[in-house]
Amino acid sequence: MQDEPTPTELIKAVVDFLRNEIAPDIKGHNAFKLRVGINALDLVTRQLALADGSDAAELARLKQLLDADGSLIDLNRVLSEKIATGEVDLETPGLVEHLWQTTMDKLAVDQPNYASYKRELGKS
Amino acid sequence: MIEDQLGRCVASWYPGAVGVAGAAKLSGGASQETWTFDIVHASGNVGAILRRAPPGYGASPGRAAGLDAEATLMQLAHDAGLPSPRVMHVLRPEEELGRGFIMQRIEGETIARKILRDEQFAKARPILARQLGRVIAGIHGLPALRLPTLREMSTTREIADLEREYRSFNWPRPVFELALRWLRERDPGPSSEVTLVHGDFRNGNLIIGPDGVRAVLDWELAHFGDPMEDLGWICVNSWRFGEIDKPVGGFGTREELFAGYEETGRKVDADRVMFWEVMGTLRWGIMCCGMMQRFRQGPDHSMERAMIGRRSSETEIDLLRLLAPRGG
Repeated sequence: MQDEPTPTELIKAVVDFLRNEIAPDIKGHNAFKLRVGINALDLVTRQLALADGSDAAELARLKQLLDADGSLIDLNRVLSEKIATGEVDLETPGLVEHLWQTTMDKLAVDQPNYASYKRELGKS
Repeated sequence: MIEDQLGRCVASWYPGAVGVAGAAKLSGGASQETWTFDIVHASGNVGAILRRAPPGYGASPGRAAGLDAEATLMQLAHDAGLPSPRVMHVLRPEEELGRGFIMQRIEGETIARKILRDEQFAKARPILARQLGRVIAGIHGLPALRLPTLREMSTTREIADLEREYRSFNWPRPVFELALRWLRERDPGPSSEVTLVHGDFRNGNLIIGPDGVRAVLDWELAHFGDPMEDLGWICVNSWRFGEIDKPVGGFGTREELFAGYEETGRKVDADRVMFWEVMGTLRWGIMCCGMMQRFRQGPDHSMERAMIGRRSSETEIDLLRLLAPRGG
């Protein structure tokens, strides 16, 4: 067992320092790059907080949808093949709901400020 | 050092030029650079832009039209009265600046967030979609006989290219599979008319002033193909920068864009435009995945590339909004 502080706490401490102490002093292209870097660290903390739960739910949906067992990546490959061949399509019960939920869970980590995501969040 | 080379180059074709000043690199990967500089002249400095592949970089990669073709296209657009910089000089080998060209610098803004939000563009925003429709029609109407050699694309070929590139990543994306299937099943086939297509007509490649569009840039992806492609590409949600209810670049409606396009006597096929919008959304998603690949494999190990890789999910939600919209 690893000790505290947690990875999330460490990253947040670094982000706070970069955002509050360093960013105000940086100008030009490096200011842009610093912002990208801070965004990347924020993304990592969101993934650490959310991915275990969303991955488990996605795996459960895939097992039911495909009536098969396997890892998340393997079942995603199977689903991709079935969509490519037309064996599974928008009429297949559960597919649309599965794709929407999976995509919403990705956006919650990748870009929670993306306007399409915020619009769709208001619908569910 | 580049100022010395540019100074010698400029002196050879710009009467009265005594050198260049203020050279600064605006953007550039390893194979393509854009520089801004001033031509120093007794009657006042003249703003100029150098677009080049540095010495040692010859042929342009993959889909690129090549810098010589870009120069020809920009000059043709300028001659036709379209908003385009005048090409001042095409680089010669003995100038040792690489391949490329020098063009007039046009003042204005290319950053979408500023164009969509800053007060100084408040009067431009309502007229832009219609204006851009006219400009796109003008590009499609450039004189065929004077156009350079370019690749020819079709819906079918574009779908195949996208699929091949997506499969090369070897990373399953059920939403992209759904989009590919949708595109294959609804492929409208060859366009009744094949014209010059700009290929990357969108926010970021347009210089906008308070008075409207001032220049169309970046002809790197120009090709021959279905003219409706350009109208679909500028409607892709990724170029709306948050203004998702204004499909044309976040500032206008499809109706305004189409009206401007048809003012010139050309016709819009709205179904084909929508087809290209879906294709374009997938294309940008696959381009984001490509950035991830280049981050991981290439010499450009940058945070920016890595983070663009994480934007492919934006196109997945936009594809679902197009292909499987939810109520509410």
